[in-house]
Amino acid sequence: MSKEPHTNHIVSFSNQLKVWIALLLLTWLTVTIAYIDFGNLTLSIALLIAVVKSTIVLAYFMHLKFDSKILTVFLILVIVIFAVFIGLTFFDYALR
Amino acid sequence: MSSSISNSAITAVHQVDEHRDDGASKLGMWLFLFTELILFGGLFLVYSIYRLMNPEAFAAGSSHLDVSIGAINTIVLITSSATVAISITAIQLKRKKLAINLLLVTILAAAIFMVNKYFEWGHKFELGLFPGGDAFNVLEGGEKLFYVLYYFMTGLHGLHVIIGAALIGWVAWEVKVGKQTHDNFAFLENAGLYWHLVDLIWIFLFPLMYLIA
Repeated sequence: MSKEPHTNHIVSFSNQLKVWIALLLLTWLTVTIAYIDFGNLTLSIALLIAVVKSTIVLAYFMHLKFDSKILTVFLILVIVIFAVFIGLTFFDYALR
Repeated sequence: MSSSISNSAITAVHQVDEHRDDGASKLGMWLFLFTELILFGGLFLVYSIYRLMNPEAFAAGSSHLDVSIGAINTIVLITSSATVAISITAIQLKRKKLAINLLLVTILAAAIFMVNKYFEWGHKFELGLFPGGDAFNVLEGGEKLFYVLYYFMTGLHGLHVIIGAALIGWVAWEVKVGKQTHDNFAFLENAGLYWHLVDLIWIFLFPLMYLIA
């Protein structure tokens, strides 16, 4: 029992290639969109695409979608802690 | 009857002589990755505040970076992330040779990334655009901040690329000598996780450094 690998899930070759192509398309989109002027939204759009890309990497390449859910819970907790850091810092900056 | 059952039970206990807990080892790797996320997260926070305080200077600094080198390096890293992920599929399907070759492609990609970085930094050093350089010293405060953060964040990321490539090399050797197999590949998975983290950080570094002009 203890010798069993923790995951028996195999991501197929074709699914890995699809994820790779999706990430390349999103990279192309980021670079293309950077040259269009959306004013204040430019940075938000770039960050939104980065968040989509990292979610794909985390779910498929880093296998979170198929692993124990506790890893995802921990990751969300870390993101919340980081969001609190950001919130407090910007709060401080805004009230100076 | 009952004695034969207890005999086989004893034999079974004696066969389990290797201590191994892949789930725990993966959780340990993730805990380490969380500290890495907070490390780079803090730097991104510093970047955001200074950018808010100096928007024009950061845009001016960013406009001197070469978007095509940044984009090529993004494609190189994403591809190398894919090759590591596919090598795990390969080892699970007992395709050892394919797994090793994919890991070697990953190391090659890391080398391409660092060579690009060498030319990129080298060009800036020639222009004197580095902390203490002639062109750097005459810049206004905000643009200096941009370059300091640019060197520190991409430099720290580059260090991670080198460490990650070394880890992948070690894993490739373990696959070759049969220490990583189709039902025992925790080290390959954990080294892969580290490599994907390097990719993950670059996904945010690229737009924030190169594309805000």
